[in-house]
Amino acid sequence: MMSFSEIEIVSKRASKSKGYSWGISEEIGKSVRLLEMFNLPGISTLNQYLKKISSNHPKKLKNIDKTNKSDGEICPIYTGVSILDNCNQIQEFKVIKFFNMNYPLLIIPFLSRSSEIVNKQICLNLNDCKYILNSNKTILTNIEKSGDFENASELTIEFLENKNLFTDIEWKELYKMSEDTFVPETESLKNSAAGAGLTDND
Amino acid sequence: MHNINLRHPENVMKLSRLGSFHQSKLSFLRSFIREFKYWEFKRDIFELDKNGYGVAVYSVRKNRRVYSLICFSQHINANERSDRVIATKWDAAFVLHDGVPNQNDIERLKQNVPRQEIGRMSSKELALSRANKSVRIFDHVINALSIGNQPDINFLNKVGYLYRTTAVYGSGKFGLADRFRIKDRREICGPFRLEMMLVYLVRQFTFDQINHISKMKNPEQSVKLDKKIARNLGIGNSTGLGMAPFIVNHPTLLHQWIYNREKALKEIRLIKQVSQKEINHFKFCLEKSKKNIDTWYTDSDYQNKKIESLKNDLKKFEEYFLTIDYLSKNNFWNEIYLWIDKHLEEECSEYLISMMMEPYDRIIEPLVKNMSSDEEKYFNIPASRKILDLKEIITSKYKSILKINFKEKRSNTFFWFISKNKEEPRIANRFDEYGSDLEQPLAIARDINQLYQKILKENLSRTVADFLSDNDELRHIIRRIFISEKFQYSEIQDNTISESLVPIDMLRLKLSFFGAQKFDPKSDKWLRICMYQGAPLADEIKNSDDTWIFSSVN
Repeated sequence: MMSFSEIEIVSKRASKSKGYSWGISEEIGKSVRLLEMFNLPGISTLNQYLKKISSNHPKKLKNIDKTNKSDGEICPIYTGVSILDNCNQIQEFKVIKFFNMNYPLLIIPFLSRSSEIVNKQICLNLNDCKYILNSNKTILTNIEKSGDFENASELTIEFLENKNLFTDIEWKELYKMSEDTFVPETESLKNSAAGAGLTDND
Repeated sequence: MHNINLRHPENVMKLSRLGSFHQSKLSFLRSFIREFKYWEFKRDIFELDKNGYGVAVYSVRKNRRVYSLICFSQHINANERSDRVIATKWDAAFVLHDGVPNQNDIERLKQNVPRQEIGRMSSKELALSRANKSVRIFDHVINALSIGNQPDINFLNKVGYLYRTTAVYGSGKFGLADRFRIKDRREICGPFRLEMMLVYLVRQFTFDQINHISKMKNPEQSVKLDKKIARNLGIGNSTGLGMAPFIVNHPTLLHQWIYNREKALKEIRLIKQVSQKEINHFKFCLEKSKKNIDTWYTDSDYQNKKIESLKNDLKKFEEYFLTIDYLSKNNFWNEIYLWIDKHLEEECSEYLISMMMEPYDRIIEPLVKNMSSDEEKYFNIPASRKILDLKEIITSKYKSILKINFKEKRSNTFFWFISKNKEEPRIANRFDEYGSDLEQPLAIARDINQLYQKILKENLSRTVADFLSDNDELRHIIRRIFISEKFQYSEIQDNTISESLVPIDMLRLKLSFFGAQKFDPKSDKWLRICMYQGAPLADEIKNSDDTWIFSSVN
């Protein structure tokens, strides 16, 4: 078995060899490590993508908009880095769409890290699969095994507002149960158990 | 009273000074001995043949935690014995296993550990190493012991060890456990603690092996190696350029090491009143250590000049030191430090700074716990900040680097690369050799300058994110600049590709934090050192004190 440190360093070097700068390659190394740690096929996807772009290095999107199309296929790495660098601003879009993105699994680690920076969950929809990225701590998905998707004709990123999943009634019912751990205050306890004085008009 | 501050990074982080660092109480092999003093050391398996070839297992345990060193020793021909990383066979190979290995583990490791880089370890293994005999010393000791004599101490002192390691690997290399799996264990919170454990146990193996071979050679007459002599032997190490990129690639860790050393110095300088006991301790260590210096043999002119400068300056220092009425002085150590800084070369200054830490466990021990760092926490670039911020950080943190003229050929002489054959770092002259297009990102000073020149033409209110969208090639350096904003000692304030670069300065910096002694450069790119010379043996460690480092050869 390869260690995560080996996975990171080999991914970094392989990416550099295919035309990414050292700084971007460092990001790719961390990303593939993260994918593999979350049991997603990082090495396999990167391998296929780097082979694909070997003779035709991808272009970057000029900037990230609410809807993003390109003449050719969109690079998940440059796009991921751009989202990461601009996540504080682009979260205002709430929902961002990309069309025709290559090997979209590679964008997941950048979204996962962005989720930590903006302190919001990010929901990613691609090819009928859904991933919820939670502050770079967990990745939830509705599929049993992520494939190394070659392309996403449409990919949607949604910055989820922080809100509770439960109703007010559910909260109140649970709170009521929690009250059973409190001691009812008798007159005697009122006088002796608290720290402050009984009159504080002095 | 003087203002007593941390020394400025522009002063400390110069390679000539970093290359003059010496071991100290903060060094990892010394803190290892202190941390593991009350652990139980055992030899669990010792299945060697009459020539000392076979398998041995040593364990270190406390409560439910066990670490085991598995040693494999074998016969190799003289022409196969090489300290270079290109070697493929070694006299002995070692692996540190997490827990107690079962027979299957030992069999699996037997197939892999002696092959080193081309073998595969598992996440149950923590560190990997190999070593070669110092043949002249090894044979001399066996010949002496087997006829009932002890070896010639003067001869042993010239080398200082029976074996020297040629690499010690950890942190996920060749399938070893990733550091994140174990980093929260309290006993190994210090950097390289497992590597230090491995080397310490290897040392014990070398003594047991040599006693065993001597006995097998002549059961009637042989004697065991005298403990006092054994204590005086450490483990050698041959180290090449592999260590140099490490300190560039781990900026927050480098900061922690240097910052804690500087903090120790500052706190010592701030001591209002010294006690007689503290002065006596300092004098004791100084006196003992001088004898050590006499055993630092090297053929290197570069190192001999350093040793000569150290000896001369120590004489000067002692003359001065004897004249001071230390008990009547306020901030005595500060006065000493200021004198040292003014009158002595870097080699001796740094030697004495290390020595000043000796009486002060109360200052050093809390710092030892802060010698690690979590680099990952600082990986993200705060890209919403402005180019103006970047410019201000560069002008305040990289002043001397900005003065280097990279238009001059001599400022660009070298390039760092990874060799295809051994996947190890190398350095070469970019104007003479092929390969500079595959340069590693270790020319920090040059890249800082390149970024700065670009920034001078930029709109300063532009965000870093926006700037990065057009300047991918500077991303790695921008990451570092934001790290250096938080960590003042994270950067070497020198040019790592300059014509005047002495790469072993970078190695020595790291080795001094390991606790290495007897720096013996074999060229400007590799050197031999000695570790644990004078250290207590495994059965003495409980009763040892921290002055053992000065006890060798005395």
